[in-house]
Amino acid sequence: MINIYKVLIRNELLVELQYPLALAIWMLEKLLEPIIYLAVWTSVAVSQGGDVNGLTVADFAAYYIALLLVGHLTQNWHIWTIEWYVREGQLSKYLVRPMHPIHESITNDWIYKLMMMVVILPAMFLLAWLFSPSLQFDFGAVLRFIPAICLAGALGFLGGWVVGLSAFWTTRNGTLVQMYFLMMLFFSGRIAPLELLPDFMRQVAFILPFRWIISFPIEVLLGWIPQQEVMIGLGIQFGWVVALILLAMGIWQMSVRRYSAVGG
Amino acid sequence: MTPIVHVEKLSKTYSVTDREGGLKAALKNLVNRKKRDVKAVNEVSFDIDAGEIVGFLGPNGAGKTTTLKMLSGLLHPTAGVGQVLGFTPYKRERAYLSQMTLVMGQRNQLIWDIPATDSFDLNRVVYRLNLDDFKRTRDELVDLLELAPIITKPVRNLSLGERMKCEIAAALLHRPKVLFLDEPTLGLDVTSQRRIRAFIKDYNAKYGATVLLTSHYMADIEALCKRVIIIHHGKLIFDGELSKLAHQFSADKTISATLENPPENTDAFKVYGEVLGYEDGQIRLKIPKQNTSAMISKLLNEWSVLDVTIQEPPIEDVIEHIFASPKEAQS
Repeated sequence: MINIYKVLIRNELLVELQYPLALAIWMLEKLLEPIIYLAVWTSVAVSQGGDVNGLTVADFAAYYIALLLVGHLTQNWHIWTIEWYVREGQLSKYLVRPMHPIHESITNDWIYKLMMMVVILPAMFLLAWLFSPSLQFDFGAVLRFIPAICLAGALGFLGGWVVGLSAFWTTRNGTLVQMYFLMMLFFSGRIAPLELLPDFMRQVAFILPFRWIISFPIEVLLGWIPQQEVMIGLGIQFGWVVALILLAMGIWQMSVRRYSAVGG
Repeated sequence: MTPIVHVEKLSKTYSVTDREGGLKAALKNLVNRKKRDVKAVNEVSFDIDAGEIVGFLGPNGAGKTTTLKMLSGLLHPTAGVGQVLGFTPYKRERAYLSQMTLVMGQRNQLIWDIPATDSFDLNRVVYRLNLDDFKRTRDELVDLLELAPIITKPVRNLSLGERMKCEIAAALLHRPKVLFLDEPTLGLDVTSQRRIRAFIKDYNAKYGATVLLTSHYMADIEALCKRVIIIHHGKLIFDGELSKLAHQFSADKTISATLENPPENTDAFKVYGEVLGYEDGQIRLKIPKQNTSAMISKLLNEWSVLDVTIQEPPIEDVIEHIFASPKEAQS
C-alpha cells in the first residue's frame, strides 16, 4: 500500500501542478469566506460596545483566522465528484482495478490541501497583521491541535464520502449535499462561534458531527478549551471517525450492488 | 477442459422510468411514476475455453456491454451464473481483478492531465507487478503498439487513435488472462484499427489469453474470431463458427456465372432471382436458398455457362439481416 500511495502522490502532484492558476483562483474564493464573517462580526461587536457575548473583536479575528486553516484542511469536494462518477458511469474505471477508489480520493484530498498551504499560511499572517487577533502562542495547544485537526480532516472527508454515496440511490444528490453544507454552516461553528448560538442549537451542535470538524479544532488551537476537555473531545472525534468508517464501508457495499455503470 | 468463462442463464433486469416528452409529462411523472422492468440480458448461456477469441455481436442495446460489465464485476446479475477463471466477478476479489481486463472504447482509464507513462506506473503498483517484469512488458507493448513518441505527452493532447493504443497498453501491463474488449477500435482510422487487430491477435497467440470482443466493425470480427456469439433483445440467438453463421441465417445465396454468349441486358435473368450485377459476361444473382439447386440446373440448361460459383452472402449482410428481423422471428 505504501508503494501505491507513493505513486498516487506523485501523480496527484503532477496533475495539480498542471493548473496553478485554477488553484490560485479557487483559493481566493476560500479566503473570502472567513474575511466576510470576520468583517460582519467585527461590526456587530463594535456596535455593541466592543464584544458579543464576551467575544471581543480580537477574539473574532483569532477565530476566523483559525477557521481559514481549519476550514481548508477539513473541506471536502468528493461529495460532488462521487455524484459525477456515478451519474456519468466514470466509476467503472476504478471498479475494474484491484484497488479501492477511496485511496485516490484520499490522495487527491491531502495533496491539494497540502499544496494550498503555500497560500493559506501567508494569508493567515496577512489577516493577523490586518485584524490584530487575540493570539498567544501556546506550544501545548499547537500539539493538541495536531490530533484534533487530523481527526477533523478525517471526519470531514468521511462525512462527505458517506453523503456522496447517496448518489447511488438518487443519481443527482445535489439537494442532499446542499442540506449537508447548510447544517455544516450552522452547527459546525462556521458562520458564528457556537457560543453565540441559542442554547438549544448549541446542544444539537454537540450531538451532530459538524462541531467536531470545525469549531472544536479551532477552539483547541486558540486554547479556549481546558486540557481535560480536549481529551474528551478527541475521544468523541475518534468515535465519530470509527462510526463513519463503518458506515461508509457498509454503504459502499450496498452502493456497488446498485451501480448501473451507465454509458459505454 | 474447464471453460475460462462459464455463463449460465445469466440475466440482468433494469427498472426504468417511462414518460413521454414535455413539461406536462414530467410534472405528471413526479406524482405518478411509471416504472417497468427491462430485461437487458435474458437467460444467456455460453462457455469460452482458454485461448479462444470470441466475437460478441448484437445491435445497439442488445445486451452485449451489460454482459461484459457483469463478467468484469461492474454489475451484479439479477439471476443466473457468471463465472470467469473460477471466480464470481461481482465479488471483485483482488485475485480476479488482477487477472482480467476490460477495455471500453468510449471510456478513458488513463489519467487525463499527465502522460500515459505515469498511468502505467500507477498500474505497476496497483497490480503489484515486479519492477523488472513491468519494464519488460511495458517496453514490449510500447514497441508493438509504437507508443514511444506518445507516452510522454499528456493524455489530453493525444489523438483518439493514440489514446486508444495507450489505453490498450495500460490494460495489458499486468498480462491479463482474460480480455473483455468492448469496441476497442471505435472511432479509429483504418490503419489504427488494423494495428490494434494485429496486436490483439499477437497477444492472444503469445500468452494464450482468452478474449471476448464486441465490435460493430465486421472487419474486426472476421480478422480475429473463428467463433461468434450473437445476442439480440437480450437473448442469445447464435453461438458457433463465424463461417456457419451465413449458412444458418441467410435466406439467400449468391450465384456468379460466366456466360459464353452474354446477352445485351439482364432482363432474361430476372426469372432466376435478383440481379446483383452484370459485367464482362459475368452475371451475379441473389437466389432464395431453397431454390438454389433448381435455379442452377435451369441456368445450366438454358445458357452456355463457362464457370459458376455459389457463395454465401457477405457476413455484414447476414448480420444486418439478423438484426433487422423482428424479435419473434428470432426466438
